[in-house]
Amino acid sequence: MLDAGIFTQSFMIHAWIGGTIVAILSAFIGFFVVIRGSSFAAHALPQAGFAGGAGAVLLNINPLCGLAAFAVGGALLIGYLGDKERNDVITALTLVATLGAGALFLGLTNKYATGAYALLFGQIVGVSSDQVVATAFIGIVCLLCLAFLYRPLLLASVSREIAEARGVPVRLLEICFLVVVGLATAIIVPVVGALLCFSLLIGPNATSVYLTSSPGKAMALSLLISLVTVWISIVLAYISGWPIGFFVSMTGALLYACARAVHYFRVKNIRLKAGIIQC
Amino acid sequence: MIRFLNLLFAPGFFQNTQVMNALLLGGVVAAISGVVGVFVVIRGQSFVGHAIADFGGAGAAIAVLMGINTLWGFLGFGVLSAAVVELMGDRAREHDLATGIVLSVALGVESLFLYLDTHFTGQAGAPMMILFGSIFLIKPSTVSIVVALTAATTVIIITIYRPLLLCSIDPDLARTRGVPVRIVSLLFIVLLSFVVAEGSFIIGALLSTALLIGPAAAAIRITHKLGLAMLYSAVLGTLAVWIGIVLAYDSFLWPPVRRGWPVSFFVCALILLFYLLTRLREKLPGSGIMMVRRVT
Amino acid sequence: MISPVKVKKGDAILSIENIRVQFNQRCVLNDVNVQVFPGEFIGLIGPNGAGKSTLFKVILGLLSPIQGSVRVLGRAAKSGDRLIGYVPQKLFLDPNIPLRARDLVALGLDGHRWGIPLPSKVRKKRVDEMLKAVDAYRFADSPVGQLSGGEQQRLLIAQALLTDPQLLLLDEPLSNLDIKSAYEVVNLVSRIGREKGIAVILVAHDMNPLLSVMDRVLYLAEGKAVMGRVEDVFRNDVLSGLYGYPVEVLHVNGRIMVVGGNNSGINGYPLECNCCKSEAAT
Repeated sequence: MLDAGIFTQSFMIHAWIGGTIVAILSAFIGFFVVIRGSSFAAHALPQAGFAGGAGAVLLNINPLCGLAAFAVGGALLIGYLGDKERNDVITALTLVATLGAGALFLGLTNKYATGAYALLFGQIVGVSSDQVVATAFIGIVCLLCLAFLYRPLLLASVSREIAEARGVPVRLLEICFLVVVGLATAIIVPVVGALLCFSLLIGPNATSVYLTSSPGKAMALSLLISLVTVWISIVLAYISGWPIGFFVSMTGALLYACARAVHYFRVKNIRLKAGIIQC
Repeated sequence: MIRFLNLLFAPGFFQNTQVMNALLLGGVVAAISGVVGVFVVIRGQSFVGHAIADFGGAGAAIAVLMGINTLWGFLGFGVLSAAVVELMGDRAREHDLATGIVLSVALGVESLFLYLDTHFTGQAGAPMMILFGSIFLIKPSTVSIVVALTAATTVIIITIYRPLLLCSIDPDLARTRGVPVRIVSLLFIVLLSFVVAEGSFIIGALLSTALLIGPAAAAIRITHKLGLAMLYSAVLGTLAVWIGIVLAYDSFLWPPVRRGWPVSFFVCALILLFYLLTRLREKLPGSGIMMVRRVT
Repeated sequence: MISPVKVKKGDAILSIENIRVQFNQRCVLNDVNVQVFPGEFIGLIGPNGAGKSTLFKVILGLLSPIQGSVRVLGRAAKSGDRLIGYVPQKLFLDPNIPLRARDLVALGLDGHRWGIPLPSKVRKKRVDEMLKAVDAYRFADSPVGQLSGGEQQRLLIAQALLTDPQLLLLDEPLSNLDIKSAYEVVNLVSRIGREKGIAVILVAHDMNPLLSVMDRVLYLAEGKAVMGRVEDVFRNDVLSGLYGYPVEVLHVNGRIMVVGGNNSGINGYPLECNCCKSEAAT
């Protein structure tokens, strides 16, 4: 069933490298997405990127440029317009604005059957060597930015008030974070697809929070889960020919369900033991 | 005068039954979306509203594969997963993650079935139809279903209007007054999924959020009276859809010739325009914005 | 890590002179004067909307007054001043958030700095000491989101103390606590303040848990302030002058209540207590 080609064919080698970079990046970004409760932005930005990609297909330029432009633009819009209490409305409107443009691009182009579908559902076997280089470069930039923002971002996520009192420029910090998420989605979307980019961002970290409470361990665990998810999905997508995003979401959901089950039984055990001591 | 009207409405606009159906359906759906949208904004459920559309998309993709009306797909999956989300998480942030995980499963299923649709039914356009809407391709038989559904939603909203409002503004107060908050929330999310399913059916799963959130967000910035906000929201939504249909019909004469620009694009653009205008208005003195902030 | 600032005896840690703060033509603080000395425990009392949070923002350098001066240890107030420790009202955290008590406290040490933290023994030792000082060491490795309100409040105090502040600001730390936890938190803050010579300003709706530890009270109402010892401030004439209408100070079983209205026995309601006020209004 598994032929050697899965490791030797050049397009599969690209897929493995690209997928691995994307898995590492989304594990770290996902940590902050989960800790800040910004799932909606993580869902909206890839779709904004998709619209940009569709525009790039229409204009016949590199899809990565369109993706990055729209995802980062969307991030800036959410960051700039989003006041604290109405953040979800602004996110929804940004999503709608970019997707409306996307609908127009798709309506005007003849080629949507191939180029746009690849962006929507992910086309890991279509990753070119240039794209691998671009993915690696953007991935490293995003990771460096995230490392730089780490402590103030954590502080602002835990308590905005303390961060402000400490002189952290909270608004600027939040916009920077959204821009990093936007940039990251630009490289994640071509691999797993705009619809499922979100799964990879949320899934591993939503799973690991049920298993550990230390931030370091949670990130390490998410990294592991993310890598396993992507690798399994590449293999299954290669065998079946089905869209990779489907396998990413299913593996992620399965692991999440397992983690919740483990958590449930652990809590029950602790309660039982406490009960015995009390008796 | 007639020349001007001819310029505005391309020839054959009023004779075309598809266009007439689109106007009727678009108006009805936009109006109910506007009303329900105000509640969604007050309750801070934009994400859930958008997620329901994606859940529904998965159902619609399956419906295409089975050869049944996509409306049933949107409805079935939308209601089912909305109820799951409502029952899964209690606290705000947990809710966020619960929605996220259910959404990710739905999107996975959606992408698989859209892929299967293009391969097994030979309908290469199916994904675009589900994701970006097909208001001109609605079968006349569906019109009555949508109208009936909207009527039912309206009646239920009117019935639970006051408890729902109380739950949305202050759940604790509602609880002390003996309102069954959990049941009202569940009922509301089911109604929400009806409305979102209709919206997805006409302007696409990805864009139904435009009808739901856009007019409501704009209306809340215009007035601080809730009933009036719902009226404005319904009017703005309906206007956006109607003007969108007219422009889309006209656009068959625009370059690139004979392709036509998608209705969904015009609807989104108009709704955003309305919203941005209300935001500009806020910069002017004497608008009642402070009140609304305090209520929500 | 931070060089301790020498404070001469008798010098004020915080000195606010004649400040005036406005939002859109609406005056929030008017002609407020405050002097706070080392080791003092000040209770900042006042009804909702009296400008207590605004005053904190001014001290933290997040808002500048349109008139008057704010000096912290002789220097103009600026945002991010390490000599001020700030404790917010409460945390809004998911119970499963991957953050332990010690991680939260460690953010107090260097949360404002860029980059990732490097593991260091000094850092861990400082955090451990502080956890012990606020009696939080036993839940140091528990997830923050699952701790009780009182436990979270201890951690917030610990993180604020890690920069060796001279002035500690606490924004309504008691409002979400039961009475026992409230007294524990007040005693903890008062003990640490006296041991380390830190001046404390604590905002509260209800002054009663503070009566035994408070050196002076700062009462804010209608944008104006009076400051002094408890018995000098809680007097009918002083507070009536502040509010601009007659109020009465009642002493019941060693507790103090400020009651508004002429027929205070019938129509009066406590002015500081938010819950009673809304009930009385309906």
